[in-house]
Amino acid sequence: MRGFKVGLSILCVAGLAACSDPGRFGPGAGGPGMGPGANGFGQPGSVGQGALDPSSAAYFEETVGDRVLFAVDQSTLSDEARGRLAQQAQWLSRNPEYTAVIEGHADEQGTREYNLALGARRAASARDFLVAQGVAGSRLRTVTYGKERPIEICSTEECYNQNRRAVTVIAAGGLTG
Amino acid sequence: MITIRTIALAALAALATGFSVPATAQDGPLRIEITEGVVEPLPFALPTFVAEDGGAGELAADISQVVAADLTGTGLFRRIPSEAFVSEVTEFTSTVTYANWKAINAQALITGAVTTEGDTVTVKFRLFDVFSEAPLGEGLQMRGSRESWRRLAHKVADAVYSRITGESGYFDSRVVFVSEQGPKDQRQKRLAVMDYDGANVQYLTDGRSLVLAPRFSPSGDRVLYTSYESGFPQIYQMDVGSVTPRPLPVPAESMTFSPRYAPDGETIVFSAATNGNTDIYRLRPGASTPEQLTDAPSIETAPSYSPDGNRIVFESDRSGTPQLYVMPANGGEARRISFGQGRYGTPVWSPRGDLIAFTKQNQGRFHIGVMRTDGSEERLLTASFLDEGPTWAPNGRVLMFTRESSGAGGSSSLYSVDVSGRNLSLVDTPEAASDPAWSPLLP
Repeated sequence: MRGFKVGLSILCVAGLAACSDPGRFGPGAGGPGMGPGANGFGQPGSVGQGALDPSSAAYFEETVGDRVLFAVDQSTLSDEARGRLAQQAQWLSRNPEYTAVIEGHADEQGTREYNLALGARRAASARDFLVAQGVAGSRLRTVTYGKERPIEICSTEECYNQNRRAVTVIAAGGLTG
Repeated sequence: MITIRTIALAALAALATGFSVPATAQDGPLRIEITEGVVEPLPFALPTFVAEDGGAGELAADISQVVAADLTGTGLFRRIPSEAFVSEVTEFTSTVTYANWKAINAQALITGAVTTEGDTVTVKFRLFDVFSEAPLGEGLQMRGSRESWRRLAHKVADAVYSRITGESGYFDSRVVFVSEQGPKDQRQKRLAVMDYDGANVQYLTDGRSLVLAPRFSPSGDRVLYTSYESGFPQIYQMDVGSVTPRPLPVPAESMTFSPRYAPDGETIVFSAATNGNTDIYRLRPGASTPEQLTDAPSIETAPSYSPDGNRIVFESDRSGTPQLYVMPANGGEARRISFGQGRYGTPVWSPRGDLIAFTKQNQGRFHIGVMRTDGSEERLLTASFLDEGPTWAPNGRVLMFTRESSGAGGSSSLYSVDVSGRNLSLVDTPEAASDPAWSPLLP
């Protein structure tokens, strides 16, 4: 399983833009306390095999791209982030049976408490853009994880910039909680 | 099992006993002024307490060990090894031959005895100022259940510390914290409580839900914390003795975190994020909805009350970077108090009221620091890759905090440091640990 994870990371670098979260598919994803992020999508076999069903969650994660990244301490959306979110909005319009929880995350350079607030700001920033693009607010909910759920675990900027993110986690059916 | 409840106040009451002595030496030379900055620890002799019955031997040794560890752990005292002794203490009531203790340069002598009767343990102790050749305070006797033996030892150490330093002690206290397992990207967190020295760990939650930043009530009977039980961060209250959650009337539609009790033990202050904006709210006892104390588009979080309950210190990035502010407890105009370089967070008002401890991030390093409540006289006590979240010992002399190491294998530990910046020490916990919060001194 370890080998798979490493392989996927390399694929990810080569694939650039639509780089997805290897951790989500790796061993132990959906383990204790993973919360709304762990919804059982994307088993290892379904990754990188192309020809995904365009209305599938895997397509949303892989092809549309489920996340946008932020600069240090910022919750402002970059042009790239806006482009990604516009595509997410289109996909959500085409697939009205899905709802989404938008997770806001921070890197580890900050206190736990400040990062919770910062994650809330980032998630709201992505949510507000989706709503402005026509997605009904009732289909969206935000959650902050602060610095509690990094996807990259090194302590350098190349990991930090992947961790400063808002992730749109979709699910078929209504919102809970 | 923890036995806080079984040790009722009456059972632990310190009783002056028949062997009391004149307290004339209290103003004698055996004194540590903590504020002067002790460089050389005060040497003391603590002969293993006398076991007064056949069943008390092991307990007497254990209690002696814990008393000595409490004292030496402060960095203010040094125990003279028993191999150096030129006399023994075989009976608690025997007369002290001061010359024998002067000969080994013991400035303080602590003698004690332990008696057991069924489940009851009685500890007696006396403290002597060797160079003044006089007792320091009266002999004391304490009683508790066998299970509570560590608390009895901590009580003895608190009394010794208090008599010599003039400060109240902090050894008979507990710490609630988050016990951690697993790598950074799959970390499992459980709420746990332990004695201040890491003994008697008890888990309060299982690892199913992410939990963060617990806080003790001023009476030590309850904790507030943040849990992702619902999938979203929400504050919860738990009764520590019965490990029973107590619901709070906090609106379910907003994310709530950073809770803390007011000194009254009933009012709660916390942060709530609504539409991405985090402000500070207050929930008064009996109220069905919280009141909003701050209203700004910036982040306002990490509130902490002054001990008199009149003011709240908190963290805000309204100036562009996170800084510390003080406002009246009812809300209203806030005054910025942090002006040094870097970013400030997690302010905590000292139980003595004189200082505010904080986390500071500057030039890629994290520090635990203290400043006066007007922001003057800032002092940084620690530095590392990531230090955060200080909590005060009940006497306001020591801080405990989280230190996390860097990199893929990074993990968290608890450390304590004297408010002087000396005596940085790792707190021994069974697993990785974070977010400590110190209880008051137990009754």
